Amino acid sequence: MAQSSSTVGAAAGYRPSATLPFAAEFRRQASRRRTQLALGFMVLLPLIVLVAFQFDSGDDDGGGEFSSLADLATSGGLNFTLFSLLVSASFLLVVVVALFCGDTVASEASWGSLRYLLAVPVPRARLLAVKLLVALAYSGLALLLLAGTALLAGTLRYGWEPLRSEVSAQLDPAEGLLRLVAVLGYLAVVLLAVAGLAFLLSVVTDAALGAVGGAVLLWILSSILDQITALGGIRAFLPTHYANAWLGLLSTPVQTDDLVRGCISAIAYATLFWSLAFWRFTRKDVTS
Amino acid sequence: MRSPLSAAPVRRALATRRRRIVAGSAATVLLAAAVLWAARPGEAGFRTEPAMISVRSGPTGDEPVDLDTTFYLPDGASADRRVPAVLLAHGFGGTKESVRSDAEELAGQGYAVLTWTARGFGRSGGQIHLDSPEHEVRDAERLLDWLAARPEVRTDAAGDPRVGVVGGSYGGGLALLLAAQDKRVDAIVPMITWNDLSRAFLPESTGGPATSGVFKKGWAGLFFGGGNAGSDPAGFSGGSAAQPEDAPTSAGPPSPAPGAGPGTGPGRAPSGAADPSCGRFAADVCAAYLRIAASGRGDQAAVDLLRRSSPAGVLDRIKAPTLLVQGEADTLFPLAEADANARGIAAAGTPVRVAWFTGGHDGGDGPRNDSDRVKYLTVQWLDHYVKGEGAAPGDDFTYSRIAGFDALDRGLVATGYRTTDYPGLGGDARREVAVTGPAQPIANPPNGNPAAISSVPFAGAFGSLLGRVAGDVPGQHARFESAPLPEAVDVAGSPTVTLRAASATGEAVLFVKLYDVDPQGAATLPNGLVAPVRLTGLPAQIEAAKPVTVTLPAIVRRVEAGHRLRVVVATSDQAYTTPVEPAIYTVAAGDGPLVLPTVAGVPIPTTATVWRWVLAGLLAAIAVGLVAVVLIARRRHRRQDSSVHPEYAGTPLAVRQLRKEYADGFVAVSNVDFEVHPGQVVGLLGPNGAGKTTTLRVLMGLTQPTAGEIYVFGRRLVPGSSVLSRIGALVEGPGFLPHLSGLENLKAYWRATGRPWADAHFDEALEIAGLGDSVHRRTRKYSHGMRQRLAIAQAMLGLPELLVLDEPTDGLDPPQIAEMRRVLQRYATEGRAVLVSSHLLAEVEQTCTHAVVVNKGRIVASGPVEEIVGESPSVLFDVTDPEAARDVLGRLAGVRVLPDAEGQLVVDTNGTARSEVVAELVRAGIGVDRVVPRRRLEDAFLALVGENSRGSGDR
Repeated sequence: MAQSSSTVGAAAGYRPSATLPFAAEFRRQASRRRTQLALGFMVLLPLIVLVAFQFDSGDDDGGGEFSSLADLATSGGLNFTLFSLLVSASFLLVVVVALFCGDTVASEASWGSLRYLLAVPVPRARLLAVKLLVALAYSGLALLLLAGTALLAGTLRYGWEPLRSEVSAQLDPAEGLLRLVAVLGYLAVVLLAVAGLAFLLSVVTDAALGAVGGAVLLWILSSILDQITALGGIRAFLPTHYANAWLGLLSTPVQTDDLVRGCISAIAYATLFWSLAFWRFTRKDVTS
Repeated sequence: MRSPLSAAPVRRALATRRRRIVAGSAATVLLAAAVLWAARPGEAGFRTEPAMISVRSGPTGDEPVDLDTTFYLPDGASADRRVPAVLLAHGFGGTKESVRSDAEELAGQGYAVLTWTARGFGRSGGQIHLDSPEHEVRDAERLLDWLAARPEVRTDAAGDPRVGVVGGSYGGGLALLLAAQDKRVDAIVPMITWNDLSRAFLPESTGGPATSGVFKKGWAGLFFGGGNAGSDPAGFSGGSAAQPEDAPTSAGPPSPAPGAGPGTGPGRAPSGAADPSCGRFAADVCAAYLRIAASGRGDQAAVDLLRRSSPAGVLDRIKAPTLLVQGEADTLFPLAEADANARGIAAAGTPVRVAWFTGGHDGGDGPRNDSDRVKYLTVQWLDHYVKGEGAAPGDDFTYSRIAGFDALDRGLVATGYRTTDYPGLGGDARREVAVTGPAQPIANPPNGNPAAISSVPFAGAFGSLLGRVAGDVPGQHARFESAPLPEAVDVAGSPTVTLRAASATGEAVLFVKLYDVDPQGAATLPNGLVAPVRLTGLPAQIEAAKPVTVTLPAIVRRVEAGHRLRVVVATSDQAYTTPVEPAIYTVAAGDGPLVLPTVAGVPIPTTATVWRWVLAGLLAAIAVGLVAVVLIARRRHRRQDSSVHPEYAGTPLAVRQLRKEYADGFVAVSNVDFEVHPGQVVGLLGPNGAGKTTTLRVLMGLTQPTAGEIYVFGRRLVPGSSVLSRIGALVEGPGFLPHLSGLENLKAYWRATGRPWADAHFDEALEIAGLGDSVHRRTRKYSHGMRQRLAIAQAMLGLPELLVLDEPTDGLDPPQIAEMRRVLQRYATEGRAVLVSSHLLAEVEQTCTHAVVVNKGRIVASGPVEEIVGESPSVLFDVTDPEAARDVLGRLAGVRVLPDAEGQLVVDTNGTARSEVVAELVRAGIGVDRVVPRRRLEDAFLALVGENSRGSGDR
């Protein structure tokens, strides 16, 4: 009924809800070189790390409690996956997510194809929603590819061993896999804040580089501020404050306090940024 | 003319500046707020009164001693509003400054807090008598008198203040002893303190007396020697970090330098007894220490002296409700001390509550969440029993266990547990684990060197927890190990194990430890706790040895499934004095299993539960918000005007009074009004910046008009209107995905429309584009003209009823322009229409049936091209003699020479053939160099918009 009122006077076969289908946008993005490169690197990284571990120089410099994750990385496929996530969580994944979410609208604007999509017309909210979902799908895909490749390569090379860490007892593989999935889930949630920020910038600016770089830059700034303990309680409001809370999933029993707070923080930030993005995009004059 | 125009830039500048000011001031306000918040002054809520109080104590009660005190009085306390008091004692080696932060917190809770530096420390006078009832305890009694005399302090009777006593370690011992000695004390919270000082320093884990105990030289030396301890955790009190001794005070006098413990300041002893070996220790205490330390054994007199300073003998006299807080990471006063205190006090019918936390003399405050729990328990206890507020805290037992490392601040994290009844050190259940191993000979190293390391005082919980400090010397220890545990065991209490030992000398000093060994072989000694034993009357042969039961120190630990338990019996330990003579012992497992006490504790709910609800609430709120937004959007959409304006039902495009004013005040389009009818090719003409593109942008739904309407086939067009699907557009140049080929681009575009594939008419579009095989190349490699043609093809996909093209011939070569002209003319048949915007007049003149001329945001002319051009075609003549020519032409009937400022000859032939005019001129002997037909629309255009070369966009 709503459709009938919205489609009267439209060209034959046009339905707003059928415009820019998810699959079409997914294909648009899939054909892009940066998508292929980013996803390819997700596959490549664990393999590079795997090869790097073959060059064992043998020197052992101690470090914090979590440096042991590096020492334990070769003890099994699960530990290798955990290590791969550890090294990529703080920066690489942030960049990748910022790339997928920050580039999606801004690049269309810079190519000039955005106005033709709007003239189709793809309703603005729908355009944004589809673009966001596709960007999130690619971000999730990147995360899964990284973890999947690491798990596969690590298991083939180091075997299906229990998950070890120095902070808790070793976990048998099934339990370890469960924890690993939980770590992935938490990382995905934390990265929602990056996704939100990048997406907002993508809507605000027409320069794809500005959106991606801006999001990464602000993320780094937040990380730096988080290092300054003098800021005290303010730090808890930084989007990066709980970024490492997933390490709590390695202890027994699982430390959920920070995980829950991290989820709240990330979801709140993401919701805020996305709301602003939709608010802005559905009102702005598209001039590019 | 200038004045209205100049207003716009001014307005724009003003608007820009206003926005900048708003943004700037917003940023400034935010920054200022952040700075203020960061630098906000802490609300004190209390005031402090430092004072030297002179009290009379000693055996006879008449020896004067000056005590350095600080009195914290909460705001609002007065003779009319009396407040309960807390006597807050510091740890050994500390001063009143060590407990300042605790005092401030308690004062914030509404208690008058009196802190003082115990005699023999800091600026206080007197000597250290180790919490002797006649000295330190009597000092404290006098302080109770002083409190009772304060008008602000609530009293139970004259001279009897309402007071609780709180203290850690040395201060905790004082709290117990004071409560036993003085009935005026209403509640006490002794923390990490002793029950029997002789047993603490001379432990023996088979139940032997202190006189046969093994001297804990590490801790004893540290206390006696003082000096190197600095701001030590012995100053721990009230569960919060010991303040650095030199921390500035709000009102008090400068406090002594850090580490001003005993022995470091002998010259300050007011008695002048500057014995370099005793420092500020009282002579009897000093002598006892020297005897024990020299021999490694406690004689009866020394033990008696330590007993005098112990609550053990006076527990039955304690009537004040007692909260005992003891640390699990404490090799000085282990959990057994609090256990003995709890049993002794409870036997007298006094309410007792026990709490274990993961800190202690080795572990400090423990993790943050654990020290917070201790603080909470303390305040709860005081509030009920001293202030008289809140429900009775009950006597349930709480304890905690290190759960791992905090992922965020790299500290330890503890999990709290609770059981309803205090199970003691025996647990409420037992697990028996067999440990086996052959009889092993082990050597006692001469002079205890090299020695095994189990704990290092003040090394902190990290080392001992990770077992990195622990190390046994080969040949000096025996091992007995269990099989891997089939399931995890939650140990809470003192494990016991039986051993047999043989020694040629008949005696042996042994250290029994319980390691948790993980499947990789890494062994952990929980909290570095060891059980020293001194066995006497041993046979020389192990076969003849009788089993002895060793009670290991109480621990709280989860031993995971698959881990082994290892009992290690060592001959030496760095923290203890061992026999000087070398010897060989033989050690074998006893006849019983290793008994592990367990407690079925329930995890104490933490704030995480609250946060989980917050998360659930947040998700629910987002879901509700999303649904609401979607519903509102639908509703708004449904309400949208979907009626057909009858007047324009058959008109592809009707623009009515369109106006677009940008946020900065620039009016791009002030009043545009035109129509495009079926079959028409309408040219939208105007200089750069006239408002053509803005009009088209509004037409495409990219920009919101400020006022006016656009109707497409009678339907109101707003951004996103479905009716836009009947318009094909090329606005502001092509926009393609550079990484796709031309064909793929068109397909991707059509896929985005969601319309049936067959409706696209790709073949027609591709034919118009005329790209040939290049259609399979990436658009990134296209020339400008190729892109332009592809864009026009894209606009024609689906053969829309209205085609809107912005500068379509941009980048095309002349043959292509000619072709495009034909295409457009052909397109505007079958009820379709085309709107072309251009500034190329010739193009419009040749392509369009109608034209709309826009200038400075307004329509200056509209109608059929012929009408605008007018009916009088003009010709420009270039002649040798213009003056003569004028005369000749003037004579010709109907021919009119138009006035021309530049001296050129422009002639309106008015139907007379040009050849005839030329012939007439030549006949008159005037040479004709050139005859050029004037571009007619250009004339009209220039006449309409004026010849000013400045674009109207520069207004």
